[in-house]
Amino acid sequence: MASVLSIGAAWAADPVRFGAVAPKTGPLAAGAAITHWPNIQLWAQQVNERGGLRMKDGSRRKVEIIEYDDRTNPGETIKAVERLATQDKVDFIIAPYSTGLNVAAAPVFAKHGYPQITATSITDKIPELTARYPSIFFALGSTTALAGSVAEILSKLRAEKKIGNRIAMVNVADAFGIELAEASRPIFKKAGFEIIYDRSYPLGTQDLSPIVKGAKASNPDAFVAWSYPPDTFALTEQSRIEGLDVKAYYTAVATAFPAYGAKFGKSVNGHLGAGGVNPDTPEMKAYFAAHQKVTGKPADFWASAVTYASLQVLEQAIEAVGTDRKAVTDYIKKSDFKTVMGPWKFVNQSIDKFWTVGQWQDGVFYGVASTGLPGAKPVITKTGW
Amino acid sequence: MDILITGLLLGATYSIIAMGLTLQYGVARIMNLANGEMLVAGAFGAFWVFSAQTLSPYASALIVVPGAFVLNWLIYRVLLRPLVRRAKSRGMLEVDTILATFGMSFAFVGIMLLVFGGGYFTYSYLAEPYRIFGSPFGLNRVVASLVAALVCGLLYWGIHGTRTGMAIRAVAVDPAAAALVAIDVPRLSAFSFALGGAVTAAGGIILSTFLTMDASIGVVFTMKALIIVIMGGVGDVRGAIIASLILGLAETAVATLIDPGLTVAAAYLLFVLVLLFRPEGLFGKRSS
Repeated sequence: MASVLSIGAAWAADPVRFGAVAPKTGPLAAGAAITHWPNIQLWAQQVNERGGLRMKDGSRRKVEIIEYDDRTNPGETIKAVERLATQDKVDFIIAPYSTGLNVAAAPVFAKHGYPQITATSITDKIPELTARYPSIFFALGSTTALAGSVAEILSKLRAEKKIGNRIAMVNVADAFGIELAEASRPIFKKAGFEIIYDRSYPLGTQDLSPIVKGAKASNPDAFVAWSYPPDTFALTEQSRIEGLDVKAYYTAVATAFPAYGAKFGKSVNGHLGAGGVNPDTPEMKAYFAAHQKVTGKPADFWASAVTYASLQVLEQAIEAVGTDRKAVTDYIKKSDFKTVMGPWKFVNQSIDKFWTVGQWQDGVFYGVASTGLPGAKPVITKTGW
Repeated sequence: MDILITGLLLGATYSIIAMGLTLQYGVARIMNLANGEMLVAGAFGAFWVFSAQTLSPYASALIVVPGAFVLNWLIYRVLLRPLVRRAKSRGMLEVDTILATFGMSFAFVGIMLLVFGGGYFTYSYLAEPYRIFGSPFGLNRVVASLVAALVCGLLYWGIHGTRTGMAIRAVAVDPAAAALVAIDVPRLSAFSFALGGAVTAAGGIILSTFLTMDASIGVVFTMKALIIVIMGGVGDVRGAIIASLILGLAETAVATLIDPGLTVAAAYLLFVLVLLFRPEGLFGKRSS
């Protein structure tokens, strides 16, 4: 009788409840719709299809997701996380989307003791933030590493005599663009490059042709744009129209989006951008196929897989130690994880091996530079439009 | 020369953004804060026609523009007419419609998210260089500006050259007096609102040929349209066109000669200057 009961209990085990807060509206909604939400959907679907999380005691518990839209407003993110912790009393909360919203919500996560595994925040403040918040984790990398890798790639091309010394650099006047522009100026100078054009433009600028005209007039060897999605598209289109002919062409966020490759087709061959993946491993191949099948759209070539991997970390930690949040946090700090991105181990609460620069080569955005990951493709130069 | 042409191209696209709101605010007296969402809806229509039917995005105007006209007419009849009836004064109507259309804008964003999803919508159409006096300009922008100019020209002629247009102008100047000379003010207001919506949706089609859109970007266009309408003088098509061109030229000049980072500042500085020295707008009538 007792065994029947316990089987019954195992069958009817309550689901593990996860909160999810991210933009569904507002300026970052489109990015979240590509990188963030589909992976939550995919992960929940896959775990439940398997029968649920395999808990320590042998029971299976399905996962249930409670979603909130933060309207890309940090105040709303904080309110929603607070609500998930105190009203909905969820077991875990999936980290929000983007650097700003994650940093804004970090104190609330920490206050209620929820682990926050961020997959879409890039910052140089990782040491300070991890020291202050014991339950925050970073998986996408740091600003300086991102800028440093661009300098390395350009140095390499220069050493091969493919490009010269002159860089035209532009940035979107928003936290991300400003931080990267400031981080990269000394790095480029130190690497012996000359920044001959250096301008910023406001977020949401409708006409970027004056910028591209200016960059072209400065006659650069390389073009670097610390840009956000809408301007990444606009800069690329304008560069093609103006015939900005450089051997190294870099735009930041959204270069890794499938829509970028789809829109510009063959002409983006050789384009450099933030992120990249190694899509040829068996794990990544299976991941890309499942993403397409379950969500109906392709994964991007950067943070999509990292977001999914961050959910795998949560999954493996819960399966190992249960739903005690303190135990899960401690487990994440010191354990090895098997993810679609390969083996992961957090060092000082952050992943120190990550992709930094990718490049479009024959319709795929391959990682060409990383901080120590295997499988980087050799860089090629861009040849015309 | 580059500045002049780039500025005119930008100004022409601004004018199409503002034209719809001019009609809706100036004639129907509805300060429509959901204007930008209508524009995005038009853009999505064009995107759908281009990618699913592989037709020119401009072909989508055949469905989108009449569709937007009917939809806006219905919005006016069902949602806004009660507010118009209830309003005791113009000020009250403005406050009420601002609140109502602000709510509507959220509903529209939600519906578009549901139907189209939250991703970016972008496609390449005529993204080729077109040389004017030797310097390259995007052909899609040039075509967009010409179409925008055509639409604005038609509207201008419609309003200043036809009998209905004269009636519309009469309503814009004084709805009460217009009613005295046997103008059917409620019907014309509904017509202007619907026409404004249709023009805005057409603007969405035009902009979608070179801008990347997403479901929640509408508010950006609403803001631009508001600035232009107020700068140009409420209800004055000519004023809106000229304000758009001034804004386009000023932004381009600042971006090229000073710093691209200051374009937004330049636009708002112009706006503040106009408000300071001509609070009724460039072509507005001083209220007595």
